[in-house]
Amino acid sequence: MSGAEKIQVKVTEITPLNELVTRFRFERVGGGQLPTFSGGAHTVVEMQDGGITRLNPYSLMSDPFDQSSYTISVRRDDEGRGGSLFMHQQVKLGDEMTISYPVNLFSLDLRARKHLFLAGGIGITPFLAQIKQLDVLHGHWELHYACRNHALASYADQLTDRHPNETHLYYDDQNQAIDLKNLLSGQPLGTHVYVCGPKGMIDWVRNTAAAEGWPEDCIHYEEFLAPKPGKPFEVRLAKSDKIVHVGENESLLEAIEREGVDAPYLCRGGACGQCETVVLDHEGNFVHRDHWLTDEEKAAGKRIMPCVSRFEGKSLVLDR
Amino acid sequence: MSKFEFPKSITSRPVWGTLEVRSGEHHLMIAEAEGAEAILDIATPDLMAKTHLIYIPKGTGYAERLRALNSAQFYEGPSYEASLQRIRRVLEDTHMGLQVYLTGTEGMMGQAMSEVMTVGLPHTAIQTEHRGSVARRMQCVHCKGITEDVEVDPFVCAHCGLNLFVRDHYSRRHAAYQGVCVDAEDHGNVPEPKGIYE
Ligand code: FES
Repeated sequence: MSGAEKIQVKVTEITPLNELVTRFRFERVGGGQLPTFSGGAHTVVEMQDGGITRLNPYSLMSDPFDQSSYTISVRRDDEGRGGSLFMHQQVKLGDEMTISYPVNLFSLDLRARKHLFLAGGIGITPFLAQIKQLDVLHGHWELHYACRNHALASYADQLTDRHPNETHLYYDDQNQAIDLKNLLSGQPLGTHVYVCGPKGMIDWVRNTAAAEGWPEDCIHYEEFLAPKPGKPFEVRLAKSDKIVHVGENESLLEAIEREGVDAPYLCRGGACGQCETVVLDHEGNFVHRDHWLTDEEKAAGKRIMPCVSRFEGKSLVLDR
Repeated sequence: MSKFEFPKSITSRPVWGTLEVRSGEHHLMIAEAEGAEAILDIATPDLMAKTHLIYIPKGTGYAERLRALNSAQFYEGPSYEASLQRIRRVLEDTHMGLQVYLTGTEGMMGQAMSEVMTVGLPHTAIQTEHRGSVARRMQCVHCKGITEDVEVDPFVCAHCGLNLFVRDHYSRRHAAYQGVCVDAEDHGNVPEPKGIYE
C-alpha cells in the first residue's frame, strides 16, 4: 500500500470557528500516544464518501510535542470536489477515521536566525504548529497574516493575545495589505521566509523575494492544491493492463486507486513529487497543475503528477 | 594571468565559481590581490552604486582602478584580519537581499565564507571566484596551528615545526586544508619541496 503508514483515530472534538472553518480533534482508537511531528507537517485524512475514497492532506496545527491528540482545521470549499464538504457535513463526533503518519514538506530551517511567516487565510494552520515549536526552542519569528475580514481570521485573536509583538494582521475589507517589499528588505541577514496561502500569494512572495535578492534556500512555501474537477477522460495503464475511466469529480490518482492499482503518493497536493508517473504515449493536452515538474518537463509531456493533474484529448498511456 | 584551473580532486575540496551580477539592493565585494580583476570584469556603474567594496592588495596595485569604479563604499585593508572588523559590521548592519562576492586566494575566500555563514546566509548564496596565488591556508592536524600562504609541498608548520604534506582534505569550519606529518615513521626523510600543483 502506498502513502505513509496509517493510524486509526477517533474524532473527539468538532469545533466550528467561523462561517467557513471547522476544527477537528483526533485521538488514537483505544488510547495511546500519537507520533510526534515537526511544525509544518501534514496528515492525509481518508474519507469514505459514498463509493469514493478521498484522501486529503491537512496541516497539523496542534502542538507538535503533544502526543495525546492531533488537530486540523478544514475550510469548507463549496466549489471543490467534496473533501472539505464531507468533513463539514458527514463527520460526526465519535467517528473512527484513518489518517496517515505525519509527513513534513514544509519544515522550519533551524539554521535560520529568524523565521518570517506569511499566511493567507487557512494557510495559517502549519504556522500554528511551527510557532508552538519555536516557543519551546525560543526561536525568533514574526507572523504576517492576511484574511478577508476579522470574522474569517481563524486563530487571529488567540495569536494576538499570546504573541502581540510578533503577530501582524491584515484585513482585505479594510484595504490592508502586507507591504511586502519593505518587509522583506528590512529583515536581518539569516532570515528565512515561509509562505502558505493561495497560489497568487505564494507566487507574489516568491517572485518579490527573488527580485529583492533573497537566496533560494531561504524561501519556503507550501500550497496544497486540492485536485480540481474536470472533464472525464480515459487512461490506459500499460503495466497493469487496464483501461481506467477518470470521472469528473475524481482525480487521476483516485481513479487509478479505485481500480485496485497501487500507485505511490505522499502529499496528494502536487508538492512532494512522489506520484510522478511516466507518460508512454498521448494524443491530446495535459492539464498540469502541480508544483513539482518544471515548465520544460510540463511542456515535454513525458511526465504527469496524477494527484492533481488531468488530461484532455484522445488517448493517454501511463507506465503504471 | 590571474586565473588557474584547479585539478579535479576529492569532494571535500571546495569548488570556486565565476562571479556574476545578481539582483539586490546591497552588495558586499571582497577582493584580495588579483581578485580585483574579477571585480573589474563585472563592475557596472549601477552595480557599484550599491556596493561596499573591500580590497586587500597584498602587494598588488589595483587600488586606483577599483577606486575609479565609484562604489558606494571603498575600503583598502592591509590584510584580511585587518578588514575583519569592517566585514563583520557590514554583515550586522545590512539586511536580507545582500549579495556577497568573494574573490582572491582560497584562504581568504574560505575565511570570509565562514564569516558570512555565521550570520545565517547559506553558502549557496555566496559567490566566489579564485584569482591569483594558488597558495593554501593550511592547518597542521597535529598542533592545529594555521600556516598561511603555503606554496610548496611539503612545508614546515609555522607553529610546531613538523614537516607536513599538503592534503586536499578541507575543513569549512577552519577554512583550511589539512597538513599531515611526512616523516613520522622515518624521521628526517623529507622529500624535496616543490610547488603544490607541480
Ligand atoms: S502525491 Fe505529492 S505530488 Fe503527487
